[in-house]
Amino acid sequence: MTPVLRTDALGKRYGRRQALTNVTLSIPARRVVGLVGPNGAGKSTLLNLASGMIAPTTGTIEVLGSRPAADATQLARVGFVAQDTPVYPNLSVGDHLRLGARLNPGWDDRLAQQRINQVGLDPTQKAGRLSGGQRAQLALTLAAAKRPELLIFDEPVAALDPLARRTFLQSLMEFVAELEVSVLLSSHLLGDLERVCDHLIVLAASRTQLAGDVEELLTAHYRLVAARGDLDPPPPGIEVIQATHTARQTTLIVRDTTGTLRDHMPAAEHLDLEEMVLAYLGRAAEPVPTANAGQPLEVSR
Amino acid sequence: MIDFHLDARSGLAPYLQLVQQVQQALRLGLLATGDQLPTVKEVVARLAINPNTVLKAYRELEHQGLVSPRPGVGTFVTRTLTDDSLAAHESLRTELVAWLARAQHAGLDPDSIEALFMTTFRKATEVTP
Repeated sequence: MTPVLRTDALGKRYGRRQALTNVTLSIPARRVVGLVGPNGAGKSTLLNLASGMIAPTTGTIEVLGSRPAADATQLARVGFVAQDTPVYPNLSVGDHLRLGARLNPGWDDRLAQQRINQVGLDPTQKAGRLSGGQRAQLALTLAAAKRPELLIFDEPVAALDPLARRTFLQSLMEFVAELEVSVLLSSHLLGDLERVCDHLIVLAASRTQLAGDVEELLTAHYRLVAARGDLDPPPPGIEVIQATHTARQTTLIVRDTTGTLRDHMPAAEHLDLEEMVLAYLGRAAEPVPTANAGQPLEVSR
Repeated sequence: MIDFHLDARSGLAPYLQLVQQVQQALRLGLLATGDQLPTVKEVVARLAINPNTVLKAYRELEHQGLVSPRPGVGTFVTRTLTDDSLAAHESLRTELVAWLARAQHAGLDPDSIEALFMTTFRKATEVTP
């Protein structure tokens, strides 16, 4: 099956600022992909490149096997909801649906009407007067009713209260179950992502820090706790992502490349998604080691 | 019908939590042969989780021979985990409640009661093969 997103040495520069550097990814279809990273890491840049809003400076990007926004057919295959779920404030909910029907050849009006009813949106209501949660639901409905193969969301739930956030994700997952659509969404809320995503991309400092199937990633990462010095040097075949030391104890967050770490270290503990992501973000935030690039980074407490 | 929930702090993979909840319902007689499990869409609409998580849980239950899918209809329970011991549950529960009351009366706080129960439970189940 054609990957839903494939990039090769992708880069984007805004003037003197390098927003994205050497990103190489291949994401299989039918995944819900979480894109995480600190502000300014390049998340929006990657999503804007994928939706074809901007063009790359270097490298290549393919979405569903074609150049993003190459033609009308390609545009119809991707639904993109920008940050803060923008809608037309002076148009009513009903106007938005009529506009959607006019502009999208594959528009599914039954789906749109049903969804609007289900979430209790009044078709006569001006979109500018909707709550944040209602606006997000409207934007989701519009993006889904065009029946795309890929839905892209930039921080869809960032501005929502916890209840609206849960409702939005429930609707999104219903669409995924019903429409067999791939999803690429960015978020800071790692707990939410752990529930909904089966694929993860961690961006920091304009580069990919980690990418892969969530379950495989969680299986390969461990926390090792030992008396100080016992893990020095660390066992072969593991990559140290983060090391913290107290006077007597060392804690390592590691990636096991052998698949057999548990066999000789039964006390190794698995991490949750949040701990794993934070270890990579912490490593990316460290000053770049120049002289001894091969050495694990250390954080002393 | 069974109502799923997810505990983010359990440390157990979400699909395994769903598997365990079905097994527990089968053990307690809350689900019986022929009962239908919620559809994937119903579960994701309620829990806001990835549909693949639910599919994986149902496949695992199918693998264990507990449920079987009927294409286009849903997933149905084919075997229960209850046995003759179910009848004994009620009287055992009554005795346990009485024991808990005595423990409280003796001044044990909930943590101490749990610790006492768990250590005793572990020791007792270790002996029996």
